[in-house]
Amino acid sequence: MFYRLIFAAFRIFFVCLSLALSLLATKAFAADDLKAMVNALGTASFAQAEELVNNLGKSGDPNVVPALEALSEGDLFVRKSDGQVFLTKRAGSKLELIDPLTGASAGEEAKSALSKVKVNNSLRRAIRAAIGGLTLMSPDRTVRLQAAQSILKAPSADSLEAVETALAAEQDAEIKGVLESARAVALLSSDRSLDDKKAAIEVIKERGGRDSISILMTAANSADEALRPDIDAAITSIENSLVFADAAQNVWYGLSLGSVLLLAAIGLAITFGVMGIINMAHGEMVMLGAYSTFVVQNIIRTSYPELFDWSLAIALPVAILVTGAVGLVIERGVIRFLYGRPLETLLATWGISLILQQAVRTIFGPTNQEVGNPSWMSGAFELGGLTITWNRMWIIVFSLSVFFALLFLLKRSAFGLQMRAVTQNRRMASSMGIRTPWVDAFTFALGSSIAGMAGVALSQIDNVSPNLGQSYIIDSFMVVVFGGVGNLWGTLVGAFTLGIVNKFLEPYAGAVLGKILVLVLIILFIQKRPRGLFALKGRAVEA
Amino acid sequence: MITAFLLRSLDRKIIVAIAVLLALAVFVPASNLLLPEDSPLHVPTYLVALFGKYLTYALLALALDLVWGYCGILSLGHGAFFALGGYAMGMYLMRQIGPRGVYGDAILPDFMVFLNWKELPWFWYGFDQFWFAALMVVVVPGLLAFVFGWFAFRSRVNGVYLSIITQAMTYALLLAFFRNDMGFGGNNGLTDFKDILGFNIQAGGTRAALFAASAIMLALSLLVASGIVRSKFGKVLVGIRDAESRVRFLGFRVEHMKLFTFVVSAMMAGIAGALYVPQVGIINPGEFAPANSIEVVIWTAVGGRATLIGPIIGAVLVNGGKTIFTGLFPEFWLFALGALFVAVTLFLPKGIVGTISGYIASRREYRKAASAKPVPIDAEPQAAE
Amino acid sequence: MNEKKPKSLLYLDGVSVSFDGFRALNSLSFVVEPGELRAIIGPNGAGKTTMMDIITGKTRPDEGEVFFNGDIDLTKKDEADIAQLGIGRKFQKPTVFESHTVWDNLELALNRKRGVFATLFYTMTAEDKARIEEILETIRLTHRKDELAAYLSHGQKQWLEIGMLLAQEPKLLLVDEPVAGMTDAETAETAMLLKEIAKSRSVVVVEHDMGFIRDLGVKVTCLAEGSVLAEGSIDFVSSDPKVIENYLGR
Repeated sequence: MFYRLIFAAFRIFFVCLSLALSLLATKAFAADDLKAMVNALGTASFAQAEELVNNLGKSGDPNVVPALEALSEGDLFVRKSDGQVFLTKRAGSKLELIDPLTGASAGEEAKSALSKVKVNNSLRRAIRAAIGGLTLMSPDRTVRLQAAQSILKAPSADSLEAVETALAAEQDAEIKGVLESARAVALLSSDRSLDDKKAAIEVIKERGGRDSISILMTAANSADEALRPDIDAAITSIENSLVFADAAQNVWYGLSLGSVLLLAAIGLAITFGVMGIINMAHGEMVMLGAYSTFVVQNIIRTSYPELFDWSLAIALPVAILVTGAVGLVIERGVIRFLYGRPLETLLATWGISLILQQAVRTIFGPTNQEVGNPSWMSGAFELGGLTITWNRMWIIVFSLSVFFALLFLLKRSAFGLQMRAVTQNRRMASSMGIRTPWVDAFTFALGSSIAGMAGVALSQIDNVSPNLGQSYIIDSFMVVVFGGVGNLWGTLVGAFTLGIVNKFLEPYAGAVLGKILVLVLIILFIQKRPRGLFALKGRAVEA
Repeated sequence: MITAFLLRSLDRKIIVAIAVLLALAVFVPASNLLLPEDSPLHVPTYLVALFGKYLTYALLALALDLVWGYCGILSLGHGAFFALGGYAMGMYLMRQIGPRGVYGDAILPDFMVFLNWKELPWFWYGFDQFWFAALMVVVVPGLLAFVFGWFAFRSRVNGVYLSIITQAMTYALLLAFFRNDMGFGGNNGLTDFKDILGFNIQAGGTRAALFAASAIMLALSLLVASGIVRSKFGKVLVGIRDAESRVRFLGFRVEHMKLFTFVVSAMMAGIAGALYVPQVGIINPGEFAPANSIEVVIWTAVGGRATLIGPIIGAVLVNGGKTIFTGLFPEFWLFALGALFVAVTLFLPKGIVGTISGYIASRREYRKAASAKPVPIDAEPQAAE
Repeated sequence: MNEKKPKSLLYLDGVSVSFDGFRALNSLSFVVEPGELRAIIGPNGAGKTTMMDIITGKTRPDEGEVFFNGDIDLTKKDEADIAQLGIGRKFQKPTVFESHTVWDNLELALNRKRGVFATLFYTMTAEDKARIEEILETIRLTHRKDELAAYLSHGQKQWLEIGMLLAQEPKLLLVDEPVAGMTDAETAETAMLLKEIAKSRSVVVVEHDMGFIRDLGVKVTCLAEGSVLAEGSIDFVSSDPKVIENYLGR
């Protein structure tokens, strides 16, 4: 630790030193020249001005950037009395004068004493190239990176030299990579030799990605006949590697969708899979979970804004309690009278779902509610060419944690044991002293709370409205039925399979048709294996 | 053979119901058209249209009762057959518009012109003929039911699984019909109809005729359904509902029996849809919504399943309630409907008609008092092994 | 074994079936002659019900052959086919149509055409009526013919189910625990009924009640762990040490 500190200190020292030296060097030979050149802009013709801008760019001094930017924006003024050029800032009725190179204030002047330095489009282009070149030399790493990327996006032969200069001086590997691509791209539209261009195509090919294809396509339009085959070959090669990237992208989206399906379906796997209850109000439990998040966030926003990043952590237990309690009431109030009559249960819970939807609509209104993302849920990061958003990432993590926690609860806890005992043989369980009615009630409440947890997560990526649950109920039933009833692993595999299949079909069939296809596939699949992917076989099941 | 079939279908309740329906078919249009508006017996046109709609719902509920009440197949996708029948009729009505549409294209319906289509898709051919559309009204739902049922029943998809995949079926169709490139008008569906068989669809006379047609169709379907359930076939159906494997081991082809019933029921639903569309003047993908199909189940349950008459009563009662409720307290209708679902399953599992006739039967039994055996309270049929 | 095939009514050879790794039947071989009444005993999980599932087409064997009436391969047929061939089955739990009357139960079971349209347009003939009345007499339920089957006592349901099998006119009857839950008097009557039935057809009875099997006085097969443990007269089987070990207990 200590050594690292010392090392870091040394590094900072050396960086500062080299920076100071380089600044001194340019200052020493050019400070006055620069001033003269900037002043010359005030009276120059457009052609002369372009020459001046190019020279300013070549000076490599980042101090001229503000002046060039002001020129491009039309904020550069020349004092009529002495031909001095200044940046200006409004100061009451007058204008405050600012030295274009040092940024120091140079007094005030009435507007009439100044005249604007004129600019046209060709001049602007030259300015952009010059600034690009200059910022490429900036001591600030992020400025350099941005400059390199902007050149890559809008390449022109003009910036080629600046890029090459910068490339020679650049130490940072990432910026160097971008610069190399930028050089290659700029080179294609320059008048360099064929061999150089071929090498450039090679570099672009190595870079890959969809925009490389479009770069090469544009280049192909204006390029030499002799280059065509190279360009075409490069495009094909990039496209081939893109297929893999696309596949990876689809898998990622599929995993993301699968995790959402998993969250929505786990609770159902408990109530339907373990208890054999068709809970059509399951989607509404998800909705209640989402609304709990909304309410918690609202309270936090108005009363404890500093806790906002914790809002989901607070909403989670609230949602669990709310949905668990509602589930308990539903089981005790309705479902327990309907055991052994699955179709009636289906109808009654559908009725409950209507009531819950309408209740939420009456209380919160029919419109979508705003639920915010805490800072750690927003944003994205790059992973091997994939853009991965944090909220999707966390939802995958969350759904898997819920899944394994539940698995653990069922397999390892006393409650899980009682639950499995009741499912397998109710009478025997009850004669062993297990309170079967309470096991039923808590199992149902457990399934409902899991739906509530799903609601907290889904509030981050979906619209929170009274119809939220409706959109998940059919999909989650499909997952459970596809995966095999009474088998949590089946639900896991089912959810991710359906998610990935869905996303792979989408590019070919479109989102809606893809969904229809998946539904049809599941319907056909159920015909083939009526009890799902991971069905139990044997006599006991059919008894 | 057929006469024996039909004669058997007529028991006292069915005769009464059919007589009532036929009387409605005559008197309601007559009163609407012939009596002066200020007569206390005059039925206003809006009521004719409203009750005409209820009758088509009743037919849909009857169709569902045939599969659910008697065969134990709880279809949550009967709305799909209804909607398909409706679309077949809607396509006929669209083509009747002819050059009177907004864009004035003699062949293409407005929405196709709007989508820049150049010619009629093949599946719209023939729908300018009423007989063809009428045929499609039963053929298309029947075919879908056949294909779906053939797969499902052959692989013995049962109970709630079947319910869920029928729901998935109607959901898939919902998504499909929302798409513009399906060629059925997408989101907006088919509407702006002008006339049917040359009569103005808005005219009082046409509405009265449609009402009469709905009542007569319902009576006919009731006759057929009663014939089916009172035949030996109907007894087999109930056997399948109560003890499917016993029926198999008696040598019946359960899948054929179910398939036949499912297809007949789907055709009835298709006819209901076809009668519904000209009376409400629109058909759109919303009819495929899973919620609609479940609502049909509750009409049937309220009236009493496996009673044939019950679903008709249930459909009219629930929809009448819906009309009144949504007029008076629109925001409470869903509460009421939800509560109805819960209450009927908990307190009235046999429905209105089932409970009443059960009461009458037990009174008769009591009076007879012939057998000293105590009647088991729980007569719920037990599932087979 | 092969020369036995033409004569025998039911012929199982080397039949095995597993459920999720559990071997329910393990190379079971078993033959029933025409007109034979056979009793099968064995501990729970011996594969008795699974064997019936295989014969009636409910379960497909993983390996082995099952022939009926000499050369009809049952493994290729489903329940309805097999029932129409003439194999009737009575379940462990009495399974009758509870919301039909006793009469309707028998009408449905009657061996007539069973297609959709045949049943749709079926009308009862005098012959069918006479047959049902005859069966009602046999199963002693004439006085309750118009009552719903749900209202019958447990023993009466068992008999109704046997009556339905009779109406089916099978060549082979598989009867699973016919006297479970019956009183002694009912048990004795059931034994007489089965013997009566076996005069004109083959019957296979699965039963735990050793007294009942003694009443039947027929050849006994003892199954254990999915294969045949012993076969012979009741006295022979019940003195077999393996049978005592596995089933009867010391």
